[in-house]
Amino acid sequence: MINPTYILQAKNLTKIYGENVIFQDVSLDVHKGETIVIIGPSGTGKSTLLRCLNLLTPLNSGQIFLEGQEITAQGVDADQVRQKIGMVFQNFLLFNHLTALGNVMIGLTKVKKMPTEKARQKALYELERVGLLDRADHYPAQLSGGQQQRVAIARALAMDPLVMLFDEPTSALDPELIGEVLGVMEQLAREHMTMLVVTHEMGFAREVADRIIFMEKGRIVEQGSPEDLFERPQHARTREFLGKISELYGKKAK
Amino acid sequence: MVSQFFSYILQGTSVTVAVTLVALPLGLLIGLLLALFYNYGGFWVSRLAAVYSLVMRGVPPIALLFILYFLLSGRLINLSPFWAGSISLGIISSAYQMEILRGALQAVGEGQMTAARAVGMSRLQAIRYIIIPQAIRLAIPPWSNEASIVLKDSSLVYALGVPEILRRAQQLSATTQQPFLAFGAAALIYFILVFLVNRGLDLLAEKTKLPSATA
Repeated sequence: MINPTYILQAKNLTKIYGENVIFQDVSLDVHKGETIVIIGPSGTGKSTLLRCLNLLTPLNSGQIFLEGQEITAQGVDADQVRQKIGMVFQNFLLFNHLTALGNVMIGLTKVKKMPTEKARQKALYELERVGLLDRADHYPAQLSGGQQQRVAIARALAMDPLVMLFDEPTSALDPELIGEVLGVMEQLAREHMTMLVVTHEMGFAREVADRIIFMEKGRIVEQGSPEDLFERPQHARTREFLGKISELYGKKAK
Repeated sequence: MVSQFFSYILQGTSVTVAVTLVALPLGLLIGLLLALFYNYGGFWVSRLAAVYSLVMRGVPPIALLFILYFLLSGRLINLSPFWAGSISLGIISSAYQMEILRGALQAVGEGQMTAARAVGMSRLQAIRYIIIPQAIRLAIPPWSNEASIVLKDSSLVYALGVPEILRRAQQLSATTQQPFLAFGAAALIYFILVFLVNRGLDLLAEKTKLPSATA
């Protein structure tokens, strides 16, 4: 039943808060190395879906498999699972009391119990990957939003995750800082990191995504390659949404 | 004569400092535990901590001191007035320190916990490595205030017969008929101690302060 070629598989996920159905019956298969962009209007459960995939928010029903192992099963250590799934947040959420280097190191030393010097080398390597080696000893407050988000990406990468989840990683950034973050993400996509990205950046979706998923009102309306979705959307609602969004972000989408 | 006066009262200073050095860290330890219970303990544990704080802060310290003293220095446990008094002051202070730390822990924000969990930390690891180091920094200024209150309230153990500064000033006042000089000297010593403690903690706050934006 479970296909091992999928690195991440979600089956019939449902999340309900009180009376509010956040999403219902959402299923998702993610291939290794695939970049999936999830788009859709605000409040359609995209962010909650990412948090559920990372077991940060409990599901009401459904199953999630990571490398064929069910992580929603009883007795699975959620902390262990989260080590294998990197997450990047809209508002960066760097640890304010630690330098850029400290932010990237702490998961290695405290969670993976790596020796300090080895962790330092690994953290420096990850900072170099996001182009911030020269900011290693800066505190979050001393970094721009774009730099903070790149440190956050380095922090997640340091754990050598199987999958990276991005929750609107550029939504809180000044327009001129968005590019540097998207640049790092594009590079990751080229290196075949498996990524799930919730974003409104249609330019990124179009150029980098292997697959785009359009979600609305807690359901997956349509999914397909960027060409299929942008050029030949099957549903009226997808067309309407893409039309509105490219009006807004029109110039960037090209 | 004035110098003899001073030196007699000064001998009480070490007792005052000792009482404070027991009460303050004890209050910090209990206060921190209670603050963690309050913020992360779930419904009932959190309620329990809230009730503790409410009761402890709603009763005059001297009344609590007597009640705790008679508990700690009674038939079951029999501690000396010094230990019973110091521990009692620590317990009283714990409620105030809990409130300070509770606020500081909340001020760190839910996002830091989320980010720590996302890296794979357990709740306990997140509290220890991410939340507490930030909360302690936020708590230093209000804690400095509480430290000076505990230092001054250590004079309450005078009522239990512990020979600290105020007790000695009172004895001198009675034997020499010089109340102004006796209590004036005591007041001066308290002031200097409080001043030093506050300055010391200001320096600590300055040293541990996180750099802010430089651009």
